[in-house]
Amino acid sequence: MSSTTLSMTPDHATHDHASHDASSTTKLGFWVYVMSDCLIFAVLFATFGVLAGNTANGPAGHDIFSLPYVATETMLLLLSSFTFGAGMLSARSGRRAPVLGWLIVTLLLGATFVGMEIHEFAALIHDGTGPDVSAFLSAYFTLVGTHGLHVSLGILWLGVMLHQIYHYGLDEVVMRRLSCLSLFWHFLDLVWICVFTFVYLREFV
Amino acid sequence: MFGKLSLDAIPFNEPIIMGTLLVVSILAAALLGAITYFRQWGYLWREWLTSVDHKRIGTMYIILALVMLLRGFSDAIMMRAQQAIAASGNAGYLPPHHYDQIFTAHGVIMIFFVATPLILGLMNVVVPLQIGARDVAFPFLNQLSFWLSVVGAVLVMLSMFVGDFAATGWVAYPPLSELGYSPTVGVDYYIWSLQVSGLGTLLTGINLLVTILRMRAPGMNLMKMPVFTWTALITNVLIIAVFPVLTATLALLTADRYLGMHFFTNEAGGNAMMYINLIWVWGHPEVYILILPCFGAFSEIIATFSGKPLFGYKSMVYATASIGILSFFVWLHHFFTMGSGANVNAFFGIMTSIISIPTGVKLFNWLFTMFRGRVRYHQSTLWTIGFMCTFAIGGMTGVLLAVPGADFVLHNSLFLVAHFHNVIIGGVVFGSLAAISFWFPKVFGFTLHEGWGKASFWCWLIGFYLAFMPLYILGFDGMTRRMNHYDNPDWHPWLVVAFVGAVVIFMGILSTLIMFFVSVRQRHENRDLTGDPWNARSLEWATSSPAPFYNFAVIPTITSLEQHWENKVTGHAYEKPDHYEPIHMPRNTGDGFIIAAFSLGLSFALVWHIWALALVSLAAILVTFVARTYNRNTDYYVPASEVARIENERFARLATITQVVPPSLRQHEAA
Repeated sequence: MSSTTLSMTPDHATHDHASHDASSTTKLGFWVYVMSDCLIFAVLFATFGVLAGNTANGPAGHDIFSLPYVATETMLLLLSSFTFGAGMLSARSGRRAPVLGWLIVTLLLGATFVGMEIHEFAALIHDGTGPDVSAFLSAYFTLVGTHGLHVSLGILWLGVMLHQIYHYGLDEVVMRRLSCLSLFWHFLDLVWICVFTFVYLREFV
Repeated sequence: MFGKLSLDAIPFNEPIIMGTLLVVSILAAALLGAITYFRQWGYLWREWLTSVDHKRIGTMYIILALVMLLRGFSDAIMMRAQQAIAASGNAGYLPPHHYDQIFTAHGVIMIFFVATPLILGLMNVVVPLQIGARDVAFPFLNQLSFWLSVVGAVLVMLSMFVGDFAATGWVAYPPLSELGYSPTVGVDYYIWSLQVSGLGTLLTGINLLVTILRMRAPGMNLMKMPVFTWTALITNVLIIAVFPVLTATLALLTADRYLGMHFFTNEAGGNAMMYINLIWVWGHPEVYILILPCFGAFSEIIATFSGKPLFGYKSMVYATASIGILSFFVWLHHFFTMGSGANVNAFFGIMTSIISIPTGVKLFNWLFTMFRGRVRYHQSTLWTIGFMCTFAIGGMTGVLLAVPGADFVLHNSLFLVAHFHNVIIGGVVFGSLAAISFWFPKVFGFTLHEGWGKASFWCWLIGFYLAFMPLYILGFDGMTRRMNHYDNPDWHPWLVVAFVGAVVIFMGILSTLIMFFVSVRQRHENRDLTGDPWNARSLEWATSSPAPFYNFAVIPTITSLEQHWENKVTGHAYEKPDHYEPIHMPRNTGDGFIIAAFSLGLSFALVWHIWALALVSLAAILVTFVARTYNRNTDYYVPASEVARIENERFARLATITQVVPPSLRQHEAA
């Protein structure tokens, strides 16, 4: 806590809320942000739950989903969480090259996931089962698409971080941002587990 | 190229709007001209637009709120005038489509761009000072939040002159707000202005929560936190919990309107009640977001001006927290008539009634604080007492409406309109005006004019009762809300009385403006040299007025709930420290302003389907944001010598006053 840090370092005691304290404050702030983002997904899941049966003479989930395809997507994303975790372990021990390596793999896995999702969406729309067909499809496209949008932003962030690791090295600011990004990435993984379970798997049990 | 935008979007054939445009243009030109003439652009940019100082940002929030209050009130008095005229066959002077936009804009502006900025502004100004912090946790984010709120307000103002605004009522219920029934850009303006300003509010919520949790002065545990900060803490938790729901709900409506989806439409399995549930899951906690900090301000004010510690501090904290929790379990009382069945309605009715218990606890705490106190009738005391009487009535009509059976008769009537104006004017408006007159000297260094402040209070109080008590009666008489004209002659006299009330409220607003003007002119006579003009109790009064940009030269160690009072009693107030340390501060930046400016471009482009501009603006936002992450020069140290210079000036000012600590407190010390 800030108060204990303040009293423990008399040199900077009275004037320094910054430096190493800033890092944990930022991480707490980002945690709170992630919780608020979680509520956005909560609304989308609730809406999906209410509207999932409203297929309006259009197709139901099991008519259009391919479980092996989605399982592959899921595996890619889970794997990317693992590679990100490995990258963070390397970062903690201060080795730059393996961090860059692990994070590039993470980025590629994430990009493949988004690519597969775009392909799935494009195929559905091409087959005349776009989001304007029924409330079920609206809720489906919005929930899955919002997750995909988050992953895309995560990829953009990851790209920026790769450059910053290269440019600044693993200094305090970069480590703080990597921790936040890591939190974000694992959170999206967690959300996807719920998407996979409640949107896709539910249709086949 | 320009999407749906063409010259036809400007309503040339509407004399009222064109007249307003003319007046706004002249005023804007005069303001911009004056800034140029007095060569103040540089000052404005360096000291305000790029400021990350929480006191400056808070002040700008309150200025935004007061400016938007004028617009929101113009809408109000236009509606009152329309209903005072449009009786028994008379069509009045506002055509229905324009009238519908006015009542929508009035609600949106008053909630999102008056009440919300007032609350955010007050919390911004007061919270860091009360907890002994130098700034908020994320100063840049704070700046960005503020300017995003401004963008929202600008969009609403723009909608009046370019295109139109939503004509749906302030919560934009579908299917009316769907493309089929609202084909113009009005609802799109509504959506994007709320999305942008709502994002700003959410970011402020996160910022202030982290500030309160992490940046309290050493020794200030949660139960030594001033009660205003406690209410701010709960309010920010509520903001973080419900603003994402608003964002998601509006995004779903956007998906319906822009991508042809069917969340809330009548066709293809859409469910409009889903929207109405979701919007009130946000909407009901929102009213507590607005009222809780006002409760906090009243608590500080009533303790200060009664010369006593707040009665029942702990019960106040628990009452605030329980209101916060209960606020999540009442949303359905906004639509008892949905048809969810007697048991569901009973549950929500009972939960709603229960909220009156912690609120009642608060009311008794304030009364017992005054009991046997030496009450000084400062203008903020008057606002507080006015609030206690008015809010009690509003609370009782609320409990009446919480009974589903009564609600079936009264819902959607003027009784409801009277009820929520009763609690929002009596609570939020009175609270904010009380808080402004209370904390004004802390930001500006001089006190506000008492006479005009009290004039404003009496006009608002009398005006409120004249304007809204008739609406309770009209509600019982069966008059529904949002009527453009009516043919029941019995209603007419009451609506004339209500119009007169609105005029009296206008005199109150005018008095407030005159109060600011006169106070600024007389600022030299009303300087606050001690930093503690009201003989107050909490930490913010320990530093000078105006508070220096770093708030506290030396972060105090907290030993008491009423730290400043304790220091005065024990003779430790205004002690000069033996030396100063360099102070770590955030650097000013233009990035928040620039990102917000691009967001305005993005929102405007999205409203009008100008896709190229939208893409460019979005890219510009991302580039600015990423570029900022490469800026490592975001903070600096104020040298100890500079701190010493500023503080020595303060102690020189203190030395010119004979008595810094009131004699009544010195006796304490002797005893």
